[in-house]
Amino acid sequence: MTPSEIRLEAASRPVCLFVTLTLATLIASAVYLFQGANGNLAFILAFRLPTLLGLLLTAAAIGVSTLLFQTLSGNRILTPSLMGFDSLYILIQTSVVFFLGSSHYVALPASAKFLAELSIMTVLALALFSTLLKRGQADFSRLLLTGIIVGVLFRSLSGFMARVLSPNDYAVIQSASFARFGNIDESLLGYAGIAVAVSLWLTWRLRRKLDVMALGRDLAIGLGVDHDKGAFQILALTAILVATATALVGPVVFLGLLISSLVYSLAPDHRHATLIPLTILTGTLVLLGGQLVLERLLNMQITISIVIELLGGLLFLYLLLMKRP
Amino acid sequence: MIKTRDIDLTLNGNHILNCVSVEIPPGKVTALIGPNGAGKSSLLHTLSRLQNQDSGEVELAGRLLSDYAFDELARHLSVLRQHSTIGSRLRVRDLVAFGRYPHNKGRGTAADDVIVDQALRDFDLGELASRFLETLSGGQRQRALLAMNFAQATDMVLLDEPLNNLDLRHARKLMQLIRRHTDRGRTFALVLHDLNHAARHADHIVAMKNGEVFKAGNKAAVLNSDVLSDLYDTDIRMVTVEGELLALT
Repeated sequence: MTPSEIRLEAASRPVCLFVTLTLATLIASAVYLFQGANGNLAFILAFRLPTLLGLLLTAAAIGVSTLLFQTLSGNRILTPSLMGFDSLYILIQTSVVFFLGSSHYVALPASAKFLAELSIMTVLALALFSTLLKRGQADFSRLLLTGIIVGVLFRSLSGFMARVLSPNDYAVIQSASFARFGNIDESLLGYAGIAVAVSLWLTWRLRRKLDVMALGRDLAIGLGVDHDKGAFQILALTAILVATATALVGPVVFLGLLISSLVYSLAPDHRHATLIPLTILTGTLVLLGGQLVLERLLNMQITISIVIELLGGLLFLYLLLMKRP
Repeated sequence: MIKTRDIDLTLNGNHILNCVSVEIPPGKVTALIGPNGAGKSSLLHTLSRLQNQDSGEVELAGRLLSDYAFDELARHLSVLRQHSTIGSRLRVRDLVAFGRYPHNKGRGTAADDVIVDQALRDFDLGELASRFLETLSGGQRQRALLAMNFAQATDMVLLDEPLNNLDLRHARKLMQLIRRHTDRGRTFALVLHDLNHAARHADHIVAMKNGEVFKAGNKAAVLNSDVLSDLYDTDIRMVTVEGELLALT
């Protein structure tokens, strides 16, 4: 094959895949919005549209942040939640209830709470990343290990505070500790939408650099990429995306792993120009499909996070046991 | 082409490089030789910014290495490490095409395709171009990495044990290719373990031992029985067979 033929062939496969996935996403969205919508359509849409948008934002944010993190670490099993993001979120919730009491916690204005969570998580994550990155040679294992230990510290702290809370306060924490897609606050969608859209746009602009970074630190430097700077950009974007998704719907541990594993097996090539849109589409389909099954077939008997974490956990075990790391 | 002044490097309390001042002359093939742990690879890493030295300076073409922006440096100097692990799942051609990244920032043109195809041909990779890297043998992988380095087409090339895993034919082809490119004005510095390859193909030799430059100079000055026996702490005899220097080890 001549180079131009190779290029042409490589270009036609993703197009088919993208068309199929986009159609599937559109159909799933239409089914989600209009299926069983007997009665006042405007009334029903007012409930379903925010949930659909929330699902979209969460899927894109969690999927792309996991992709970025895996590109930087060169590892297909790691996810940003390993850096203690979920436990940090729960620690914030627990501290607010612990120090202010559950009545104040419930009375907090949603948008203020959301923006505070978003900024605290982003700032703390960046503080952690940048101190570690400054230690010379971008020691990724040290960064990961620190993240895991910090995660355990956060969990222990919130565990301690939860233990001395009254049962009523504890129940409030309990309900905040699980992802909820059903009752997304509409007033937050605007902020979350802007944060996710800007991050995705910046990620898209980095796509060619990401391909080089995926080769590993030494080859990237050899090819003229300032690896430490690139690593900081990637980690900052990851921090903002994960923080937005978590502040919007709560901790979603395994979702990222599920999406990225699917994407890697679907993708015809591993250029980020293919991977990024594919991740967004696949993520949306997975979440939307899960939510459809739950809402319409299982009548909300369980939450979608149970399904995602069950499937994600099984997939994680499969990846660990069946595939080379 | 490259000059260093008093490079010191300490890693975890071990002195790796001790006051190293060397010169890599332009338009020539320089071989770095010496026993294990002499600091040859570390020197190459400091010359290519993969490792920052504790003190001392590196000068490339009359300018301090630290004055080059990352992408500018990659258009003037390329490096191949001894053990390159590649994180992503790639076809051989895609890997080689990354060699053009410093020049085209990922927007490949027809001119880049010509260079990539030439690099693939130079290393007998035409048949393997659409294979995934993880399906290659060690030697084929090494050739793919070399082809990527040649596609980068820089004036200064640093190769750490480029003959690793290569069979006789490809080792010879590589050295001949390096000679052809040197004649066109490029400069090569190679870490070599086989003294006979150094004797046959290098113009300039830098011998290192215990993190210091043991001796540097032309072939005749360095590749003789006394210097080499001292360098490796074992008896090595240099003889001339059919007009070529040969190391009896």
